[in-house]
Amino acid sequence: MGKTLMKGNEAIGEAAIKAGCRYFFGYPITPQNEIPAYLARRLPKENGVFLQAESEVSAINMVYGASGAGARVMTSSSSPGISLKTEGISYIAGAQLPCVIVNIVRGGPGLGGIQPAQSDYFQAVKGGGHGDYRVVVLAPSTVQELVDLTMDAFEIADYYRNPVMILGDGILGQMMEPVEFKPLNKRDSKEKTWATTGMKDREQNVINSLHMDPEGLENHNIDLQEKYAEITDKEAKSESYKTEDADIVITAYGTTSRICRTAIDQLREEGIKVGMIRPITLWPFPADAFEDVIDSASKFLTVEMSLGQMVEDVKLAVDGRKPVEFYGRTGGMIPSVEEVKEKVKELVGGEK
Amino acid sequence: MVKVWEKPESLTDKVMHYCPGCTHGIIHKITAEVMDELGIRDKTIGVAPVGCSVLAYNYFNCDMQQAAHGRAPAVATGIKRVNPDNAVFTYQGDGDLASIGAAEIVHAAARGEKITTVFVNNAIYGMTGGQMAPTSLEKQVTTTSPYGRDLDHAGHPIKVSEMLSTLPGAVYIERVSVHDVPHILKAKKAIKKAFEYQLEGKGFTLVEVLSTCPTNWGIDPVESLDWLKDNMLPYYPLGNFRSPEKEGK
Repeated sequence: MGKTLMKGNEAIGEAAIKAGCRYFFGYPITPQNEIPAYLARRLPKENGVFLQAESEVSAINMVYGASGAGARVMTSSSSPGISLKTEGISYIAGAQLPCVIVNIVRGGPGLGGIQPAQSDYFQAVKGGGHGDYRVVVLAPSTVQELVDLTMDAFEIADYYRNPVMILGDGILGQMMEPVEFKPLNKRDSKEKTWATTGMKDREQNVINSLHMDPEGLENHNIDLQEKYAEITDKEAKSESYKTEDADIVITAYGTTSRICRTAIDQLREEGIKVGMIRPITLWPFPADAFEDVIDSASKFLTVEMSLGQMVEDVKLAVDGRKPVEFYGRTGGMIPSVEEVKEKVKELVGGEK
Repeated sequence: MVKVWEKPESLTDKVMHYCPGCTHGIIHKITAEVMDELGIRDKTIGVAPVGCSVLAYNYFNCDMQQAAHGRAPAVATGIKRVNPDNAVFTYQGDGDLASIGAAEIVHAAARGEKITTVFVNNAIYGMTGGQMAPTSLEKQVTTTSPYGRDLDHAGHPIKVSEMLSTLPGAVYIERVSVHDVPHILKAKKAIKKAFEYQLEGKGFTLVEVLSTCPTNWGIDPVESLDWLKDNMLPYYPLGNFRSPEKEGK
């Protein structure tokens, strides 16, 4: 199959269809509006359903119902909209339902702005909603990865019966790049025998997150934690770039990782040994990747379009063994290659 | 001995947790009887609300989903859109439907979502301990309207059936009561009609059932039936507000 030039948001929509998603419930918010618009055009032609809900709250609960009924289903939004969806995400995680949630992040807090940001990291990877739950968070950095990870997201969601979030940003959503739709990387997921499709010849199925007995709820949470441990063990994913001999190891994801990659190439030309660990899964956080470089690197630098959120997970991974520095812009401001280079040089200089 | 009546198959054997004199049990039973009579138990998916009837999934013997507070119509929408051949109903109280879930019910009705809502109105929050509901009557004393509901301060009780019947997507809206046997039979008929219209694909259907809450009203079960009759019926008149026949659909 050849390559097609596609806008990031539209590529997500097509990837969802290629992954077998036939149901989308959403509510308009910038900068992700091309996703629902694309699916509004495409899904009816695939015998699917696009429905614009009256609110984000309603949209995520439609996702809950549709997923409980056994469907592959997706919703998408941007930061303030995801805040509204967190109630539903907690319920979906509690009821162990698979679904894909796309967050094309913009600056916050509050109404914030409409420019790209990475300031929803905490909300995405630490929960956001109430309770001891986790959402698998995937962080694409190219339009091709938007496609590949969106398709994977449905397989991961079904396999673990867990919500999966695609954490992009306004730049990725709006940029155009050539993409190729590869065959779905199918997992051996169990049949959805738990879905509410009508009893027919079986016992009643109940989709629920209520456990009135505290011991029962504790046990449910312990079961969830076992699942999360398995996900952490099997699904953590990252890419290492020029880290073999790196003195300074940058950590950056998504759009920021592209800026850092250019900075690294330029710094290398100047003889500065710098590399990057790019987390592809933000939860589970790819802590193991840090073990490979913990002895050789002298310093770590985290670069984000936030004022320091992922830096906490990097510090946990490094566990006090090496200094971890931070550089970030926020509010829709994007760190420039020059700024990253300057920060790295400051760190190198600081060592002398 | 001749058995003249039996528990509907669409109810499980579980003992209900409802307070003595609460009419949820009756409403569950007639809803289940309707499912039996229409022979749809195997294809019905119910959505339980938050509130006193949160455990409805333990009592209805069909596939069930439990929804977040007020979101049952959205959850039902998701289910119905995936499985248009299923019968899908939500069972909601007045706090759930008329307060926190007002947007969800209005828009499910506006879309003509092919679901049935059994809306239980007892003019108070039951499970959380008797707070003022959007349906609490003027001067009604609750824990959060201790001097009686003051319309100037708390606004007016919402007439859900009247409000929703302004929406073209709502094809069948009827208000019934369960304070005596003739009314219970009428209530059952209305719920049956609502399910039938849903199965015919006509649009959104809702039956508002006036119900009692002896515990939080602070009066005994028998007096509660009278209280409903004397206080709720004048403000919440029974009757059909919208039906396909009336609209010529």
